[in-house]
Amino acid sequence: MLSRTAAELYWLSRYLERAENTARMLDVAWNLSLIPFSVTARDELSAPLIISGSMERYLETHGTLQVHNVLHFFTFDQDNPGSIYNSLRIARENAHAVRGKITSEMWEGINTTWIELQEMSSAGLLSIGVSSFFDWVKQRSHLFRGAAYGTIMRNDAFRFLRIGTFIERADNTARILGVRQQADTASDSSAVQFYRWNALLRSVGAFEAYREIYSDSISFDNIAELLILRAEMPRSLRSCVEMLCELLPTIEGNAGINAKRQAAVLFARMRYGDIDHIMNVGVQEYLEDFLRRINELADTLRQDYLEVL
Amino acid sequence: MFPCTPPGTGIYDEMLLQDGSVREHYAAYWKWLNQRPLEEMERKRREAELLFHRVGITFAVYGESRGTERLIPFDSLPRIIPAQEWSALEEGIRQRVLALNMFLHDIYHDQRIIREGRLPAEQVFGNAHYQPCMQDVNLPNDIYAQISGVDLIRDDSGNWFVLEDNLRTPSGVSYMIENRRMMMRLFPELFSTNPVAPVDHYPSLLLETLQQGSFVSHPNVVLLTPGRYNSAYFEHAFLAQQMGIELVEGADLFVKDGHVFMRTTAGPQRVDVIYRRIDDDYLDPLAFRQDSALGVPGLLSVYREGNVAIANAVGTGVADDKSIYPYVPDMIRFYLDEEPILHNVPTWQCRNPKELDHVLHHLPDLVVKEVHGAGGYGMLVGPASTAEQIAQFRERLKARPDNYIAQPTLSLSTCPIFTAAGIAPRHIDLRPFVLSGRDIRMVPGGLTRVAMQQGSLVVNSSQGGGTKDTWVLEEPSC
Repeated sequence: MLSRTAAELYWLSRYLERAENTARMLDVAWNLSLIPFSVTARDELSAPLIISGSMERYLETHGTLQVHNVLHFFTFDQDNPGSIYNSLRIARENAHAVRGKITSEMWEGINTTWIELQEMSSAGLLSIGVSSFFDWVKQRSHLFRGAAYGTIMRNDAFRFLRIGTFIERADNTARILGVRQQADTASDSSAVQFYRWNALLRSVGAFEAYREIYSDSISFDNIAELLILRAEMPRSLRSCVEMLCELLPTIEGNAGINAKRQAAVLFARMRYGDIDHIMNVGVQEYLEDFLRRINELADTLRQDYLEVL
Repeated sequence: MFPCTPPGTGIYDEMLLQDGSVREHYAAYWKWLNQRPLEEMERKRREAELLFHRVGITFAVYGESRGTERLIPFDSLPRIIPAQEWSALEEGIRQRVLALNMFLHDIYHDQRIIREGRLPAEQVFGNAHYQPCMQDVNLPNDIYAQISGVDLIRDDSGNWFVLEDNLRTPSGVSYMIENRRMMMRLFPELFSTNPVAPVDHYPSLLLETLQQGSFVSHPNVVLLTPGRYNSAYFEHAFLAQQMGIELVEGADLFVKDGHVFMRTTAGPQRVDVIYRRIDDDYLDPLAFRQDSALGVPGLLSVYREGNVAIANAVGTGVADDKSIYPYVPDMIRFYLDEEPILHNVPTWQCRNPKELDHVLHHLPDLVVKEVHGAGGYGMLVGPASTAEQIAQFRERLKARPDNYIAQPTLSLSTCPIFTAAGIAPRHIDLRPFVLSGRDIRMVPGGLTRVAMQQGSLVVNSSQGGGTKDTWVLEEPSC
């Protein structure tokens, strides 16, 4: 496969995954901002800005944290490179460039998403309904993934799409967990605690999974285990890395030896990792190390496959 | 009866006669149409538009903001050509393309046509599209234009004329195929009652033609596009996918050790045939325009060594130029010793003072075109222009007469399209596509382009023109 094509498929799915993650994160922030805890409301509004690293850019334009400004910033703001609007735009542009390599159902899916997004953008978030817009984003992402699963051949195109998804997802889960655990302070009342953890779980779609696996009340140790080490949890760091480890060796040709090794080393650390050890090291340190490694892997992927000179 | 605006007087209409009756080859379609309510056709029109948008069959418009995409208007009333008429046309087109390829081979080798005084030397050597680097380069099957498009029109008596030849990178064939698919999706019942010759196998014929243009067996064929912001990008992606070949940009290719390679996830892979959809000027920054970011440095030297094939060949533009056009009938006589089957539109060459004089005196009645122009840009349609526009054009013409040719304003035939008030006539042309490899192959019909504005004669998509499905009917229907 052409390196450029592989890169476009990879970024197509990374940006689509990013749009979905942004929608999840904002949906939770929006819901919690409606709950009358003054402490949490502010935290919930700033969390997405911190996680995406765009607090400075936001404050430059808007000055203060206002719920509708934050929502606009992450949805239809064309000047924010991290807005859902721009993520979907770039995803669709990449799809356009490789439309010959994806199935017509995948292309029509993402092209329709783009056409509808433009209509929604001119209608405005409030007239659509905040939560229904986020639901729509998630559904469009599911639809594309479903169309991909159901229609595309199991070739390198499929693999690079999947690799993009898991790199982006691992990065996202690690960031959310990192920012959320910093907000954990002993002074919080148990009710506030509950909503905080609840928000974290729901923003990675893991609330139901948590309830099923852990019967006791919500604790940070359990959440960390669930989102870092659990193999059953599709958004856990381990699941993402495991998929990368499976996918890389199946790419045609003998390139990418460095990427394969880095992925395998990272997976071994998680496969045989242990939550007590992580708690001893410190979750913050562990996540920083993970982020460094996953981004190093992304860099190596770029050099080995996507920008071959 | 289906609401219907009659054709204009003195204009040949493909479907309707002046007395309002329909031509024989439209009888079955007309009968079918009259059983349809107007609302249904309007609904189908909207359905088609939605489908085209969803599938993304769009084109980019130059001069509008980067990446602006528009739909080419599609009209679902087919343009029908009886099979008998088509076979005469096809014979004429094959003859013409054969002679043009022989002409290209000649001027890049022995230049017989010039030495024997049949064509002024400066018309070739002074032409901006003449490529001296092609002298004595031998190509497989001696074919220069593997893919050509011949634009045809009909005058008020229904006589066919060649308006121009397209031997560089003719586009539009994807619309020919997609229009047929759309018609079969919208009106499947029409195809069970009308024996319409199929066109869907064009991509496989194209691939075979490209493979035949290589010196190696089982060549690796790629399609080279300027990229996704090009106006015809949809077509590039469509054809690459239909042929199952890689769609590459200049940056995906590189030259090493006398061969062309593409960058892949599994390392460099050799390329044998490049179906390029970029102009000569941009192919190789080392040989042509240095500022070109679209091309591949060193490509031309590999090509001249015969280690890669390029379709169409470098330097074909010299044969489809409007200043060469008047000589094509004579080329047919010269190379084939045959009389041309298809006629040229009478053409005045403004480079000749006498002809320029005639043109300047009759500007309001003529169409004046730049010799190197394309896409309907930079032309004057005398009868449709204001006195002021004509005066402005007169000055440009006088300043650079050799840059222009003039032709009588042919009325162009019309074919009805669907409008909100029923069907109404619009002017059309026809672009059949011709594939030249070891032999010449065509699919029946081609792309019918429509000037969607009432009375307009400009069918180019860049100027708001639309398209229709083109049917070659195997036998008269009853």
